[in-house]
Amino acid sequence: MIRALLICLCLAAPTLAAGEEIVSGLSQSRVSITADFDGSEILIYGAVRRETPLPVGVGQLQVIITVEGPTTPLVIRRKERVAGIWINNVAVTIDAAPSFYVVATTGEIDNILSATENLRHRITLDRVIRAVGIKDEAVDAPDFVAALGRIREKEDRYRLEERTIQLTAETLFRSDVVLPANLTEGDYRVRIFLTREGKVVDHQDRLIRVNKAGLERLLFNMAHETPLLYGLLALVLAAFAGWGASAVFRLIRP
Amino acid sequence: MQLYLPIAEVSVNAFLLLGMGGIVGVLSGMFGVGGGFLITPLLFFIGIPPAVAVATGANLVVASSVSGVLAQVRRRGVDFTMGTVMLIGGLIGSALGVWVFSRLTAAGQVDLFVQLSYVLFLGAVGILMFQESLRALLVARQVGVSPVRRARIHTWVHRMPFKMKFRASGLYISALPPMAIGAAVGFLSAIMGVGGGFIMVPAMIYLLGMQTKVVIGTSLFQIIFVTAFTTVAHAVTSQTLDIMLALVLIIGGVVGAQIGSRLGVRLRAEQLRILLAVLVLAVAGKIALDLLLTPSEPYSVGFTTGVSAGQP
Repeated sequence: MIRALLICLCLAAPTLAAGEEIVSGLSQSRVSITADFDGSEILIYGAVRRETPLPVGVGQLQVIITVEGPTTPLVIRRKERVAGIWINNVAVTIDAAPSFYVVATTGEIDNILSATENLRHRITLDRVIRAVGIKDEAVDAPDFVAALGRIREKEDRYRLEERTIQLTAETLFRSDVVLPANLTEGDYRVRIFLTREGKVVDHQDRLIRVNKAGLERLLFNMAHETPLLYGLLALVLAAFAGWGASAVFRLIRP
Repeated sequence: MQLYLPIAEVSVNAFLLLGMGGIVGVLSGMFGVGGGFLITPLLFFIGIPPAVAVATGANLVVASSVSGVLAQVRRRGVDFTMGTVMLIGGLIGSALGVWVFSRLTAAGQVDLFVQLSYVLFLGAVGILMFQESLRALLVARQVGVSPVRRARIHTWVHRMPFKMKFRASGLYISALPPMAIGAAVGFLSAIMGVGGGFIMVPAMIYLLGMQTKVVIGTSLFQIIFVTAFTTVAHAVTSQTLDIMLALVLIIGGVVGAQIGSRLGVRLRAEQLRILLAVLVLAVAGKIALDLLLTPSEPYSVGFTTGVSAGQP
């Protein structure tokens, strides 16, 4: 069986060799959120493996890296003036939007990625946010999606970093991705794409696991597993602190 | 120093939180208000999710009220009989308020309702208090005598059944009005996510005619229990209480409350009331402006499963 598989692989080898493959690594595949967590920087590096010499007469090799946080459904609301006051009047539900999304590239995204390849691999933000059927909820639904992008960009959750990946001799690449302090827990998917003349030549997926650790983990679990105890603990803490301050101040200035 | 909050899931500056807790504590000790009407908008302003801000704000109010009430107890500034009677009404009102709140949440307009009640109640209470204390201050300055003792004026409040002696308050009145005031405050506090001191303090002075020196302590005494109830209710029903955030706010808050209660003794009752009136009016004005002015970003992002908690 294994031998048969090996033969298959050998037969397949010539076609693979014609292509270019990604070999990549991450500086860390696990991020622990502790009490003093203040963001993290992850180095994504790699090389392009090819069996044949660099092809000539074709466009330059380009690299696109995306980092995507856990996705959730969202509600986007818009305030409108009703009887003189501004109230949330229209709401649109978005099926899935990432809590964090970064696109880093070697060149301008429009030049190095064709629209069809973008559609197939869902690379740019507008392809990642899933908002099917929102047209039924509001006539100007695209405005709501644009607002989501704008708000999260301001919060440093969505970023487009063109020309930030260093690519050496069309073989070695590296990119630093900064994860902000207001990080959500979950699995962060890293995708690396190689493109040539707008077409994706090869791509690879990797995972960064972001978890609360230590005290953060303990408190989070307690809040969700034994909420009554957690609430009472908060009260005891509050009462004790209130009494403590009173006693201390009486000692200082009777 | 940045601090990552486990439930709010945001990273904030610990010293900023200490300072905010401190300011609210000072006010709490000075005026006998819990400070909920101030801390909730402040937390929201620095990017804490509204539901977390409400639950954690309530916890802070528990701490600063405990600290304040202990200082008042030593000064004989708490009428426990009055506080207990009000508390009974408060729990009834609070339960009713929770029910109404959930109905409004289902209707989808709870945020607007909360904002409008803030403007309405804070505005009305602020204006009344400002007028009255300004007049009292002017009268005291011109004639050089203290204003009329309200406890001596007999109104309809004094002609009701179930009369009780509230020795510390210097009152012999029916138990019904204090209980009704407690219920009204409990109802509002459940809907607005506050302790309700800013309504209770003027109600005790102007409606019941209690002596000013026991008003603050009695108000704080009642607030402790109402906000303790709110804290646990939020922790159990929506898991939005952030202990880490609460702890930092509390440290600032309890120290502030001690300073505040010492400052409060040095100021005259009328001056104290004018200051509180100005503060209440400022918060009401800010919320009114938010409703009236064109927002710079009309869109907002929310989670579909999250609790749309009461926040201004």
